[in-house]
Amino acid sequence: MNNRLSLSQAFVFLLRRDLLVALRNRAEYAMPILFFVLVITLFPLAIGPVPELLSRIAPGIVWVAALLAAMLSLDSIFRSDFDDGSLEQILLSPHPVAVLVLAKVCAHWLVTGLPLLIAAPLLGQMLGMPQQALPTLLLTILIATPVLSLIGAIGVALTVGLRKGGIILSLLVLPLYVPVLIFAASAVDNAAAGFDVSAQLTMLLAFLFLSLSLSPWATAAALRMSAS
Amino acid sequence: MFLWFHKFGSPPHFYRIAGKWIPWLSGLFLVLVTAGLFGGLIAAPPDYQQGDSYRIMFVHVPSAWMSMLVYVAMAVCGIIIMVWRMKLAEIVLISSAPIGASFTFLALVTGSLWGKPMWGTYWVWDARLTSELILLFLYLGIIGLHNAIEDKRVAARAVAILAIVGAVNVPIIHFSVEWWNTLHQGPTVTKFDKPSIYWSMLLPLLLMALSFQVYYVLALFQQCRAELLRRERNSKWVEEL
Amino acid sequence: MSTSALLETRNLSCIRNDRHLFENLTISLEPGRILVVEGPNGCGKTSLLRILTGLRLADGGEVLWRGEPIGQQAADYYEQVNYVGHHDGVKNELSCIENLRLARAMGIPSNVGLDEILEQVNLYAYGDSDVASLSAGQKRRLALSRLLATESLLWILDEPFTSLDKDSMKLFGGLFEQHLQRGGIIVMTSHHDISLPQQALTRLKLGQQV
Repeated sequence: MNNRLSLSQAFVFLLRRDLLVALRNRAEYAMPILFFVLVITLFPLAIGPVPELLSRIAPGIVWVAALLAAMLSLDSIFRSDFDDGSLEQILLSPHPVAVLVLAKVCAHWLVTGLPLLIAAPLLGQMLGMPQQALPTLLLTILIATPVLSLIGAIGVALTVGLRKGGIILSLLVLPLYVPVLIFAASAVDNAAAGFDVSAQLTMLLAFLFLSLSLSPWATAAALRMSAS
Repeated sequence: MFLWFHKFGSPPHFYRIAGKWIPWLSGLFLVLVTAGLFGGLIAAPPDYQQGDSYRIMFVHVPSAWMSMLVYVAMAVCGIIIMVWRMKLAEIVLISSAPIGASFTFLALVTGSLWGKPMWGTYWVWDARLTSELILLFLYLGIIGLHNAIEDKRVAARAVAILAIVGAVNVPIIHFSVEWWNTLHQGPTVTKFDKPSIYWSMLLPLLLMALSFQVYYVLALFQQCRAELLRRERNSKWVEEL
Repeated sequence: MSTSALLETRNLSCIRNDRHLFENLTISLEPGRILVVEGPNGCGKTSLLRILTGLRLADGGEVLWRGEPIGQQAADYYEQVNYVGHHDGVKNELSCIENLRLARAMGIPSNVGLDEILEQVNLYAYGDSDVASLSAGQKRRLALSRLLATESLLWILDEPFTSLDKDSMKLFGGLFEQHLQRGGIIVMTSHHDISLPQQALTRLKLGQQV
């Protein structure tokens, strides 16, 4: 008798397990969002509290900060699993590793990407971003931060076995983030000026589907490499 | 055909063949580059708008082409590594990285030198320059990752994955940057668009491009030979050399 | 080579940092056999075990399961393999029960109840406590209890008795014997002398030919 779990059950199980672990490590997972707020606070301090200037560059600042916060949190996707040997167990599962990887990335996005959604409008206000840009800001964060997690997962999977992986990780991942940054910031910028943003949002959606379909495979291959 | 491929792929054989080719390739490169430089710097007429400063194009454009071509070659090696685990592909991939990075760097330097008389400044956020800059980061990422992993066979798999991921992204990055550029500057004609081409300009340009390709193969063979010796320093055929 | 062998290796070789750890290693294991890999530190015991799991790629040769290379039947092979490595592979943030449930989700669940398993490995009282509060030996027992939580023919164990006391070693020795009697296969490394059924035992000494 074969009572192996179906793939979707295994997916949900791993997702729940990761969320549970995150819940019991709350303090650690609050860091990225704190970092996000902190970076944005630095800008008015550095360039002066000039409302026109700040509101002009607010979309760019928010998105660069979101990018950095996403990158900072990446390491936690696979780090603890790699260190305690759980990763080996996942790789030795009869389920397709790419799907299990996707579950882990989803969990990671839920605890690190989604909170940005709450913080971003607040910070937009503090920087004097026009009201009409807020829905677009939220929409871009909703669509584009999963892309950051998915692409970042490849980078982490490649560097998780290294002692000093942090710097290399940013060198690997940031160039790949460029398209997301361009289209997301431009969407918010356009919305602030009252223009149409459907082109940018369509592109971001395309990035999302592309990374959803390709990144788990690359990540799984990279994890196999790191585990050997 | 496959047998030949297989034989060529064996390290000692490759080492010998590459060694034999190097003098010939060097000669070919010298001929091509001399002809190309002569055609570009002396024979071709000055541009009616840019005067003589456009002549840096004869170095800039081929090196920009090569920076892309080498990346594609690396991605192809990456696929070969992941599918067939061929040793020679591992060596070609990692030997290509510094060469490609150098071409990219050369394209950046010549581009900004060209920019000085054109724009009055060494750096503008032109779409192609920006793309090249990001490409340079991708190259450096590959080199950095390879250096960071001690076991070189594992490192080869890591950079293979990275090269493939990068190759999927390069067109997207290029397109995004291009889009970003037109958005912020309006649809001005970029300065690096090929000026209305005459044969007297196109021929040296193609010669230069060809000579750069020969140079790539030449440098690649030398790098590969060195890398092969480093990797197989304990094997019998190296000791017999 | 007998056709009844479940797990075989053919001309396996492993190179690490220019050192040839082993070459042309050919093993063949029928159901009910236990292979104990021995040798000094750094002789490639762990590497061999990881090659058998497919976590590490061999530098030559192949691993066969039921006569087929494992790479070509990964999903089927991993249904049959249980690996306990140097790391316990248990999450500190979760309780013992939660850890075992996860292990089941990642493999083929056995029909034994989780409470029953914990009782067998003397961790019943700790079922709901976080793994972080367990001692190293208790964690090791929990890691080994994965072997009972999932159904698998092949157990690959890297130093399973690390930080276990005498009683626990005896306990798991008994469980190993039961597994062999059911027709399972065990491949393990160990620095400890344990009583294993001699008639089922094969010893492999690595690091001598070098």
